[in-house]
Parts: sequence; structure tokens; C-alpha cells
Amino acid sequence: MARARSRTRRETVVETRNLSMRFGGVTANDDVNFRLEAGELRCLIGPNGAGKSTFFKCLTGQLKPTEGVVTIRGVDMTGADPHQVAQLGVGVKTQVPNVFDGLSVRENIWLAARRAHGAERAERLTAETLERVRLGDIRARAVGALAHGQRQWVELGMVMAAEPWLVLLDEPAAGMTDEETVFTAELIREINRTASLIVVEHDMNFIRAIAGRVTVFHRGAILMEGPMDEVSADPTVRDVYLGHKH
Amino acid sequence: MGAETGAGRLWPLGALAVAFMALAPQVLQLFTIINLTTAIALALLGLSLGLIWGYGGILCFGQTVFFGLGAYAYAVAAQNFGDTSTAVLVAIAVGAAFAALLGYFMFFGRVSDVYLGAITLTVTLVFFSLIRRTSGPEYKIGDALLGGFNGTSAPPLTLPWDSAAILFPNQLFYVAMSALTLSYFGCVWLTRSRFGRVCAAVRENETRAELLGYDARLYKLGLFTIGGGLAGLAGVLMANGVGRVTPDLFGLPYAAQAIIWVIVGGRGTLIGPILGAFGIFYLNSWLGSQQLVNLNVVLGLVLIVFVLLLPQGLAPTAMDLAARAMRGRGRARRRRRPRRALAAEPAE
Amino acid sequence: MDLFLALALQIVYGVSNLALISLGLAIIFGMMRVINLAHGEFIMLGGYTVIVATSHGVNLWFAMLVLAPLVVGLVGVIVERVLIRHLYGRMIDTLLATWGLSLFLIGAVTTIFGPQTTTTISPPIGAVQIGGYGSSGYELFLILITLAAVAGVYAVLRLTKLGLVARATMQRPDMASALGVSTSQVYMLTFGFGSAVAGLAGGLLAPITGVVPTVGAIYIAKAFITVISGGAAILAGTLSASSLLGVVNGVISYATGPTLGEVALLLTAIVIIRIMPQGITGRFFRKSL
Repeated sequence: MARARSRTRRETVVETRNLSMRFGGVTANDDVNFRLEAGELRCLIGPNGAGKSTFFKCLTGQLKPTEGVVTIRGVDMTGADPHQVAQLGVGVKTQVPNVFDGLSVRENIWLAARRAHGAERAERLTAETLERVRLGDIRARAVGALAHGQRQWVELGMVMAAEPWLVLLDEPAAGMTDEETVFTAELIREINRTASLIVVEHDMNFIRAIAGRVTVFHRGAILMEGPMDEVSADPTVRDVYLGHKH
Repeated sequence: MGAETGAGRLWPLGALAVAFMALAPQVLQLFTIINLTTAIALALLGLSLGLIWGYGGILCFGQTVFFGLGAYAYAVAAQNFGDTSTAVLVAIAVGAAFAALLGYFMFFGRVSDVYLGAITLTVTLVFFSLIRRTSGPEYKIGDALLGGFNGTSAPPLTLPWDSAAILFPNQLFYVAMSALTLSYFGCVWLTRSRFGRVCAAVRENETRAELLGYDARLYKLGLFTIGGGLAGLAGVLMANGVGRVTPDLFGLPYAAQAIIWVIVGGRGTLIGPILGAFGIFYLNSWLGSQQLVNLNVVLGLVLIVFVLLLPQGLAPTAMDLAARAMRGRGRARRRRRPRRALAAEPAE
Repeated sequence: MDLFLALALQIVYGVSNLALISLGLAIIFGMMRVINLAHGEFIMLGGYTVIVATSHGVNLWFAMLVLAPLVVGLVGVIVERVLIRHLYGRMIDTLLATWGLSLFLIGAVTTIFGPQTTTTISPPIGAVQIGGYGSSGYELFLILITLAAVAGVYAVLRLTKLGLVARATMQRPDMASALGVSTSQVYMLTFGFGSAVAGLAGGLLAPITGVVPTVGAIYIAKAFITVISGGAAILAGTLSASSLLGVVNGVISYATGPTLGEVALLLTAIVIIRIMPQGITGRFFRKSL
């Protein structure tokens, strides 16, 4: 438990208190109290409809929670717009690849880099990022014409190019081949060297590959939290989630 | 971003504009020159719509509202001040300010697509109805009677330093052509600037732009305002070309035509809407002299055919063909870019 | 009291007029998410159908109530097959293409009949007295027939098999085609049905407004804005938006004259769209037809 003690001294970068989200009569999130510390890589798991994505969208500003508070590095961001969250230095990748289809790969990345940085620095960051996500060869192609995996990497590249200190990823490996998944896991570990991460994910093997701490969602609330091995050994979790694995 | 993209191709275009400006008054008859000024005014209106629609994805069905307001603002200000230079500035400011107001109202209410089209179309028709009604002597702004259905006269431009020196039609043509050329290059510069690239990003995917930290509403508002100012300037040229401003400037026919110029010329280009406006303008006058077919039949068919068969418009299609011809000569310098990318990058 | 009654009647007439010219557009928008910008010209064609038919000795009632919807409905089916069919799912392109169609129809009718029509039809019902005020009997009739049209559309959507299938197809095209329903045919019939209602409106309004090729412009802005501010629910949307806008129009017109009434109508609609971007039925009466 030495790790846990050292963690308590770290800064809290994301916190939600009593966060609830209701759509009409449906409760998607129910009283979620969540904390993420600096440098952490946290995976959110849970069966479909467990409320992971809703929770994720409340963090990014895409949804306004019905009740409760979201703070990012101590700043109250409840009900803030997505661009305000992003301007704090938060990088977001959504579930469906969210890219600028009509623009080139290079320009997609450049737009991310240029938001926070001056022209020269943005150029340099763009070039670096293109290498890191291995898209340098197709930098001039329109993103709309790329394969699914490449589009996902463009989006990851956009997240990286902005040099965020907090990164939120919703199913970054969805629809990828095994080989592509391995590279994506590599990229995520690389991002984690400079940023805290929250990753929504289905794929157990992928979670093991990026080796994070896990928060299990069930029926809109947090069921349990802990290291992957501990969580996957828990009988309740097995029952609600692993038992009904897709 | 775009300084590397086709900057070389801009110089011939500029040279062409200057040559045309120098030669046209020598070669063409006075009547044609006067007509040409009107065509240039419409081309500038087309450019303003091409900018906000093609580069911002803002589907404005009532770009004519800024056009009409600009024209009226010019006429009213010129009649009141006597000084036309101030009147020009007033016209641009009125167009831009009203666009900013309307844009704030729409974008900050997250109104988009069809709904935006409905609102803008309605606004221009509201002005059409309102101004038609201003025929009585009580409807005057300062010394200027609005004149209702018949409109009001637009004093011709004068030299900025001498308000007695009224410009001749030839000089008016120079002014119009310079305004169009400068506006065009200004727009090209704008679409290649950081601001312009972010606008294109917002057009492509508003959510993503916001997630990167760009406030999409502000960028749309900025672009829409610039478009409004340009349309206001177009209104000034129109007022000078025709010599009168009438409520028709706000009407459905011009609103529809502006859309057609952009569709025919090509969404996502800046030269396309200009050429589209010229083309339709001369098609219009040719049909008027022939009495062969009704203009509306032709315009309607053109719009339908382009939407169905050539949604890219002429300019991107032509550039595509030219690019293909280049490769056909065995000079495969670069891999062919998919068409969407061609349309999206500042290709002029 | 009589004045109040006359004013109230005028407002009810304004509301029903708005509902009548919007209903066909609302059917097509609600079921197919298609905005037909040639809707005004469809109304115009309904008017011309009546003019041509009556000048050939056809009974006016038959021309208005049967021929106009039939002819325009047929035009609608043809338009759907030739044009709209290729553009499903591309809302903006449909809007643009139907704008083209609108211009084309204006031009074509001008070519055939000339820019003005000399034939006029007088309303087949004379004035009626309400207390001290005369009122147009034909306007009363139009109020009733609008109610009948709304009831008819409700019946078609709610009670007939076509209505059921159409509603199902509009909500889940994949599901409906799995059930063996031809989606393509349903769209065609729906578009035809909406067009027929536009034709009916055009036929009925011909005696009041007169008919010229450009008459559609009067209708399209009002119908477009009414449907958009009503939202996707066909009847609830049309009725709520027409009521609200019609009352505004009526009251302001009474106070200041018809132009400002129209302007007030359009401005109110703009404000509605600004506050409720999905229209009135996007916020209220969501489950209704």
C-alpha cells in the first residue's frame, strides 16, 4: 500500500461530487463521486448503458449534469462549454472519430497545435506529432478518405499536438485491428508520461496493455475502483460486467 | 498554413484583373461599361456569400439583406452628407453591424442549417415588405425620402477630396473593379489565415473544433460579419451601377440568384461565385434580348442540374479536370488529392 | 360586441389560412424531413388548375375540391420520382433543388399563361351579416374546410393502413423495409399526398387572391416559417404555430395595417426558432402527430 500513500499527496486534477445526469425519466448517472490524481491513468469500464459515456460527456462539457459539481484542477467547470474545458489544457477524443474530414491530416493536427501556441511552435509541434502518430507519409491526404484506424490516430494526434496535461479518451481502440490496438496502447502510455488520463474502454486486453487503475460503472454509479487484477477478480464485477462480456 | 498552396497561381489572376481593368474601357462601349459595374456589384455579393457558405458552412438564404441595407445606407448617407466617401464607409458598417447582430442572435442560439436558412430568408423578406411600405412623405431619414416601392436615388460616387467631382462611368468601373479585386484577394488571404482555417474546421466539424478549444460561435460570427460588410460594399456598387436603390434589392429573385451563383461557380472556392455571378448576369441579359425562353425556366433548370449532377460547381470541377490533364501528361508529381480536400483548401 | 366578434372571426380566418397553406408542406417535412421550397408554386398550380378547368366549363366546386388536389398531387408524385428521390438524406440539397424547381415552375407557367391572368373567379359564396358587420361567407367556408382538411389528414395518418405504414417508415426506414414495405413507394405517396393538400389550398384560395405565376412567393415564406417554427409534429406543429402566428398577425394587422401584421408574424416566428431551435413541437407536444 506504499503506492496508495504516495498517491494521497498528489494533486487532484479531476473531481466530481454528487454528479447526477437524468434524461427525462432515465437516470444515466446517479450520484457519482470521482477523483483523479495527477499523473494517473484511469480506465472507466462497465457494461453498455452503465453511464460511462454520459459521465465522460459531463467532464468534457458536452453535457450539463442535472446535479452535482465537476472540478478540473480545482476550477468549477460544471456546465462549462466544451471549448472552455479544452482551453484549460484538456485534450478530448470522442467515441466516434471526430475529425475534420474535408481537411488534410496535417491541417487537422495543425489546428490542434495552433490553438494554444504561436505559429512557429505550432509548425514544429505539427511535424513532431505527425511522426509520433506515424502519419507523416500521408500528411497531405484528406482525412475523410483514410481508413478507420488512421482516422483514430489523426484524432489522437490532435489530442497530443495541443500538449494537454489532462486527456480524456472515449474508446480510443474501438474498431481497430489487433496490430493497430497495440500501437494505440503505446501512444496512450506515451501521452501518460506528460498527462493524466481518463480512458473509457470495453476491451479488457487493451486495459491490461495500458495497465491503468480501473473504475467500474454499473447502472449509472461507481461500483468499485482498484487495480485491474483486483477488479477483474471481484465476484460482483464479474457478475455485472465480465459475465456479460460482449 | 496555406502559404505553400498555390500562391503562384494568384499572380496571373491579379494580372488578368488589372489587364481587364485597363483594357475594358478602351474596347467596350459606355453602355456595356455601365452594365459591367452592375455585374461587378453582383459578383461581389456572390463572393460574400461564397465566403460565408463555402468557408464557414453558413447557409444564408438572405445575403441580400446586407446587400440591400448597404445600398440604402449608402443612398441615405450620401443624400444627407453630400460626401460619398463617408457614405461608403457607413454602408459597409451597416452591413457588417446588422450581420453581427443577426449572427449573434442565430449562432449563440445554436441555430443552424435549414433553420438558419429560414431565418435569413425571412429577414430579407421582412425588409422587402417594410421598405415597400415607406412611400409616404413621413418616411424619411434626414433629407432622404425612402420612396417605398420606387425607392430613392443614389447619388453617384465623387472623388474623396472633392465632392463636386462626380465620377464618370469609366471611373466608376475602375472603382468597382478595384473593390472586387481587392475584396477577392482579401478573402483569399483571410481563408488562408489562422482565422480562416479555423472557420473551415468549424464548417467541417463544429464539435471537434469546440473540443480543441475554439469557440465555434465566435468564429462563425466573425466570418458572418465580414460577409455582411462585403455584401454592404456590393450594395454600394449596385446603387452606383443602377443609380437608384429599390426594395427589389431585398427580394426573392436576388436572394435566389446569389445561391445559384455560388452553386454554379462552386462551393468552397472564392473565384467560383464571382464567375457564376458574371455568367448568370450575362445569360440573363442575353435571354432578355432573345425572348426565347423565360429566364426563370433556365435558372431553375440550372440550379436543379447542378445540385443533382454537378454539386461541386464549375470551378472545382474545372480544377479537378486540369489536375487530371496534368497527370495525364505523365507528370505524376504528387498523389492525387481526393476531391474534398481540393475543395476545402484555398485552391485559388 | 359585434366588432369584437368580427375581429375574432378575422383572426380565426387568419389562423386557418396559415394552417391551410402550411399543411401540405408540414406533411412532407414531418414525414420525410424534406423542405419543399416549390410549395408556393404547388399552391399556384392548384389555382391555375381551377382557372383552366372552370374556363372549360367544369363546375367550380369540383375543380377546387377534386381537380386541384388531384392534378397537383400527380405533379408531386412526378417531382418525387424525378427529383426528390435522388436527394434523400441531403436536406440542404433538397432545399436547393426545390428552390430550382420553384423558379422553373414560375418560368414555365409564365411561358404558358403569360405574366398575368385575365380570368378571375369570384367567390362562390356571398357576404353574410354578423350583427352590424358584413363578413365574407367564403372566408367562413374556408375556416370550415381547413378544419375538415386537418381532420382528414389526422384520419389518414391515424386510421388508414397507409398512414400507419408511412409513420412506421418515417421513423425506422430499415425496419419498415424489413417488414416488406417498399420505402420508396411510401415516400412517393407521402410526397404526393402533401402536394395534393397544397393543391387543395391553391384551388380554394384562387377566388380570393387571384392567380399569377409569382403568387407562390406570398405563400412560401409564411408556410416555410410556420412549418419550421411548428417543428416536426405535422398537425400539432402546424396548428400550434399557425395559431400563435395567426393571432399575432391578426392583432397587429388590425392595429396598424396588413404589412406590419405580416412583418410581426415573421419576426415572431424568428424569435420562436431562436428560443426553440427544434420548433414548438420539439419542446412541447412531442409525442403528438
